Amino acid sequence: MAINKIVDSFEEAIADIRDGATIMIGYFGHAGDAPCWLIRALAEKGTKNLTIISNMPGWGRTLIPAFREMVKGLIRNPSWWDDAGLLVENGQVRKAVVSWASGMSPAHVNDFEKRYQAGEVELEMVPQGTLAERIRAGKAGIPAFYVPTGAGTVVEEGKEVRVFNGRRHILEHALTADFALIHAHKADRWGNLVYQGTSRTFNATMAGAAKVTIAEVDEIVELGELDPEAVVTPNIYVDRVVARPLEELRKW
Amino acid sequence: MVDKYRMDEQTMALRVAREFQDGMVVNLGVGIGTQCMNYVPEGREVVFQSENGALGLGPIVSSPDEADINLLNAGGQPASPMKGMCFFSHDESFVMIRGRHIDMVVLGGMEVSEKGDLANWALPGRGLGNIGGSMDLALGAKSVVVVMTHTTKSGKPKILKKCSLPLTAPECVDIIVTDIAFIRITDKGLVLEEIVPGWTVEEVQAVTEPRLIVSPDLKEVTL
Repeated sequence: MAINKIVDSFEEAIADIRDGATIMIGYFGHAGDAPCWLIRALAEKGTKNLTIISNMPGWGRTLIPAFREMVKGLIRNPSWWDDAGLLVENGQVRKAVVSWASGMSPAHVNDFEKRYQAGEVELEMVPQGTLAERIRAGKAGIPAFYVPTGAGTVVEEGKEVRVFNGRRHILEHALTADFALIHAHKADRWGNLVYQGTSRTFNATMAGAAKVTIAEVDEIVELGELDPEAVVTPNIYVDRVVARPLEELRKW
Repeated sequence: MVDKYRMDEQTMALRVAREFQDGMVVNLGVGIGTQCMNYVPEGREVVFQSENGALGLGPIVSSPDEADINLLNAGGQPASPMKGMCFFSHDESFVMIRGRHIDMVVLGGMEVSEKGDLANWALPGRGLGNIGGSMDLALGAKSVVVVMTHTTKSGKPKILKKCSLPLTAPECVDIIVTDIAFIRITDKGLVLEEIVPGWTVEEVQAVTEPRLIVSPDLKEVTL
């Protein structure tokens, strides 16, 4: 029986995500990074009480138009751009574990902040490097580790402190999840992945850190087509692969 | 009082960029930081690290026709491709940062204390904020430059004896470049090294809470 991780639709790819699930969503904050179609499928499914682990709870449809406007003299962003903010705006998110909680400037307030101020959502603020390392540790089977980042700040509160080489460090715990939704450029049926430029970001970090990793890709290629020297995410970390609709991808 | 000359963002970026030495790896924070990219002194080769996973991105493109959604700096601006550039994941990016492989970082600031404590992430009065990569960068880079206006919009000092806002990292700042001064943070305290033309030491001191040590080589800011 040939290994085949390819699933035919986004609906099928996320069909077993249940209410209360913890989900990693791989992006930094730009259109090129995010698994936009998986996010829309999850919004469509309406799964509730989600804990999301992501760089940010997202600009959402509240702020993506403002972001487009802000950079329009420099770049055209695709019409299909969505981020986890869509799930927040849909009332599907209970808690967010993120490094960047609100909008792209103090004047830009996302829907997550409004809900946070209203006491509707929980927030765990994590420095970005600690967030990435906690996810990596989850993937690597390391339960906790010490970092200097956050020592002597509010991030230290409630955490074990130890001094190494005369420097204050805090104990941080690994993060794992039920699902990781990521975006890559190309995949084969085994789940080997390659990325494009700066869209690799948290996508490659999160691959393998959840019980089930689902990769949304621009293109699925034949086994053997990806140069083994150039594979970024080894297939062992990927459980499902689903291709973006080419005609929509080209439209913008 | 007649408004005195203050450096604008471009001019501050120009002054900061003079600190970039040949061969350095520099991370640029969002805002004035990213503008420094355009002012690397002639004859010096500097590699820029973007925490979203790139080393060696080139200058910001000049039109949307040259932009690529997969070639962005940390501020979301499209950069030009450069020979030698490479990409990596977020965990790798912060291995570089936390592991002290970055020579210099340029960060924005809301407050800096006389010991070099930095506060720049909280959204005051809102109970949350945007830490992003600032905490890792502030303690991970070998040298930390903070670029900010010298005072708040209402004219209050931002260089304080003690920060009032939540800290990004304690005792991390090496250099403060403001719109009126260049200050180095040393074991002895804040050393005023450069001053913008038209300002006196007393006038700079009047808008700085801690006492400034005036460098014996005090000079006007040159660009």
